[in-house]
Amino acid sequence: MTIAEHEPSLERPSWTALLHEWVTSVDHKQIGIMYILMALVFLVIGGAEAMVMRFQLLWAESRAVPPDVFNQMMTMHGTTMIFFAAMPILAGVANYIVPLQIGARDMAFPRLNALGLWVTLFGGLLCYFSFATGGAPAIGWFAYAPLTEHTFSRSAATDFWIFGLLLSGVGSLSGAINLVTTVLTLRCPGMTLRKIPLYTWMAFWANVQILFALPPLTAALIMLLFDRLLGAHFFDAQAGGSPYLWQHLFWFFGHPEVYILVLPAFGMVSDVIPVFSRKVIFGYEFVAASTVAIAFISFGVWAHHMFTVGMSRTVDVYFAAASLLVGIPTGIKTFNWLATVYGGRWRMAAPLLFCLGFLSMFVIGGLTGIMLAVAPMDFQLSDSYFVVGHFHWVIIGGILMGLFAGLYYWYPKVTGRMYSERLARWQFWLLLIGFILTFGPMHIAGMLGMPRRIYTYPVDRGWELWNQVSSLGAFLQAPSYLIFVWNMIISLKNGALAGDDPWDAWTLEWATTSPPPLYNFETIPTARSRRPLWDLKHPDDPDWKYE
Amino acid sequence: MNGLALLADGAGSAQNLSIFHPASPSAESIRSLFILVLAITGAIFLVVEGVLLYSIVRFHRRAAETTEPPQVYGSMPIEIAWTAAPMLIVFVLALILTRTEFEVRVNPDRPPPGSKPLYVTVIGHQWWWEYVYDKYDGQDLGFITANELHVPAGEDGVPRPVYLTLESADVCHSFWVPRLAGKTDLIPGRTNHMWFQTSQQGLFLGQCAEYCGTQHAHMLLRVNVDSPGEFQNWLDNQKQPASSGASVREGRDAFLSQSCVNCHRVRGTIALGSYAPDLTHLMSRQTLASGVVPNSREELRKWVIDPRQTKQGCLMPAFGLSEQQVDQIVNYLVTLK
Repeated sequence: MTIAEHEPSLERPSWTALLHEWVTSVDHKQIGIMYILMALVFLVIGGAEAMVMRFQLLWAESRAVPPDVFNQMMTMHGTTMIFFAAMPILAGVANYIVPLQIGARDMAFPRLNALGLWVTLFGGLLCYFSFATGGAPAIGWFAYAPLTEHTFSRSAATDFWIFGLLLSGVGSLSGAINLVTTVLTLRCPGMTLRKIPLYTWMAFWANVQILFALPPLTAALIMLLFDRLLGAHFFDAQAGGSPYLWQHLFWFFGHPEVYILVLPAFGMVSDVIPVFSRKVIFGYEFVAASTVAIAFISFGVWAHHMFTVGMSRTVDVYFAAASLLVGIPTGIKTFNWLATVYGGRWRMAAPLLFCLGFLSMFVIGGLTGIMLAVAPMDFQLSDSYFVVGHFHWVIIGGILMGLFAGLYYWYPKVTGRMYSERLARWQFWLLLIGFILTFGPMHIAGMLGMPRRIYTYPVDRGWELWNQVSSLGAFLQAPSYLIFVWNMIISLKNGALAGDDPWDAWTLEWATTSPPPLYNFETIPTARSRRPLWDLKHPDDPDWKYE
Repeated sequence: MNGLALLADGAGSAQNLSIFHPASPSAESIRSLFILVLAITGAIFLVVEGVLLYSIVRFHRRAAETTEPPQVYGSMPIEIAWTAAPMLIVFVLALILTRTEFEVRVNPDRPPPGSKPLYVTVIGHQWWWEYVYDKYDGQDLGFITANELHVPAGEDGVPRPVYLTLESADVCHSFWVPRLAGKTDLIPGRTNHMWFQTSQQGLFLGQCAEYCGTQHAHMLLRVNVDSPGEFQNWLDNQKQPASSGASVREGRDAFLSQSCVNCHRVRGTIALGSYAPDLTHLMSRQTLASGVVPNSREELRKWVIDPRQTKQGCLMPAFGLSEQQVDQIVNYLVTLK
């Protein structure tokens, strides 16, 4: 047998060959990119659904959007953004970056990795297939029983929704098993658990959380399916079931889910801030340990979503106090990030800009979270527009800002090209101003007594002005996402060549070419400290002397 | 604090639903707690944003600087300090919230001595409220009404606390009148309790706060706080059976011969349905369709012809009645005072 000499083809491969290559790929980088593309498509769809709602809420007693359509938009917006935009985009970035950061050649289970992607995508498609039944489900994204029972939601839309979430849950679980195994077994020589880059560390813990948080949701969804299709009575009060049980099962998943989304964003910020401040992260051990604390505490706070269901006073006080505890490790993280910027020499670029947006905005979402954790305040604020303002502030001001920082930071690595800084700044300011205008007034409307999930509101309540500002903010915010997508596309062609290490950064992904070859590293690198590239660039003053 | 002033603005008018303008002790406790927590979180906010702004202004790279800044790896004393400070804040907050929790959630079996408590069972339906008046000042009441709750105001130092027992006939709902109390959910298979008490007469508005289907947005709440005298008159009227006699016979016969009776109840007749609002004293209510439109003859007529014109998706269908039947039924309904 002879080994054929491969002439590198100068022709562009046909699109069918390309499609075949991507669809059958088990390369963690291609899978990562496909996760991100999938998520961006669903982000735009979920955003369009939000626009329909904001349009309807412009005027009191507006009849522009019928109630059932509004309720479907509300349900699908939440479901899409959590399960088919936020989860896949974070899974995609982790897929791409984590093996590079730990000096590995791929994930531990490449074929399982591909399975995770396609199952997640089919879950999303199945969920949207519900529209073919005559309309999407109108049950809200946390789908409180018994509204989801066959008696109250007769169309098969709810069944498609359940199947979609079940399937994408399998995708998330297999992805999590893969990532956890990868980080535990495939680290390059010298990279002990205490020398892992912070992004990888936090993505790791988010995936550990997925392992424990998703099974209760999966179980609850199957129980609901049994109720709907096989005549079981898990959540049917009239036959001795308990709607209240659904709430416990859902939020046992639902609250850790928040940290599943936010921890990777914390990780991105923890990598970007030091590089752009030109300073090592302040208090690595504390930032790392507080991550573990958040991961553990987050499993003991779920019922703070349920303060109004009439639990006993003792239980209320326990869940309130436990929820407040989350503020401590989160505070520690914030202070360490600030201390990293402090005394540094920052240079402005999109990744840092979004990190500063993150730092200034996330703290507000955190503090309104403190207010909601205080049980008696929650009696007033729960299920009001204050809550909608709060969690969007965390998701956009925290998760999304951190995510954009990460996406701009790694864009040169993934594509080999620099993005347009000018477009990135347009995006940032439109997003920041639009987002403050959208979600700020929601806090006020909530304190003025406006409940969430209403398709319209009476004229005399004094909520119209706040809703109009919210809607205008939403219309301002919408183009910022399109600018981002445009920037990603146009820079593939027009961007300047990035080189291996455009940011003069310190972690291993910057030690290989941009984009990295299929095998990532020609020789497996070694790490002697948390910043292996710093050691290379400063042989006179390496990090390992201080760790 | 500008925002607070703004929120309390226009207070006193019926359309004010601000949680910063409480009219009941439990809502008042929550407001005090809110202001305290706002002060604490406001201080944290100022410190964090201040340090961030200072760092942005002070620590940018100057053109002349090409070297890396000093690398500071951390500091144990500083870490301990900023771990201890939030712990202390959390500890204090936990103590304060426990006190408020016990003020707000009280045992309905133990009204304050010397008070005249009212007990009402609230049953949530898609998308209206059923009120079963159980007991007032030790006397059994046992009548049912819908959508507009009447309660007595405290007067002359005699508090008149209102204890609600919350149940649901179908899906989850939540009872929320912000100026009177925080919300409590109505969950099928569970019995919840809440409580408020006020000496301020007038109309207090709210609405269902747990998504419950198509018309969740129009499951509005109206609580009329009457003087004790007015309340007594209202009670006496509600306890009466529906108007009868020869003058209403034609309309009543029309009503009773239609399928209205399957869902609606009119006490003193064969209409005993419990699936839809009790109509025994329909005209004592100011609104129709749980607060959506004023209770006028025209709106009532529109409703009888096709309820879904007024409240899209509502569970009562149009029955295709003739003009004459509609007139007879409306003529009867307007006598139910």
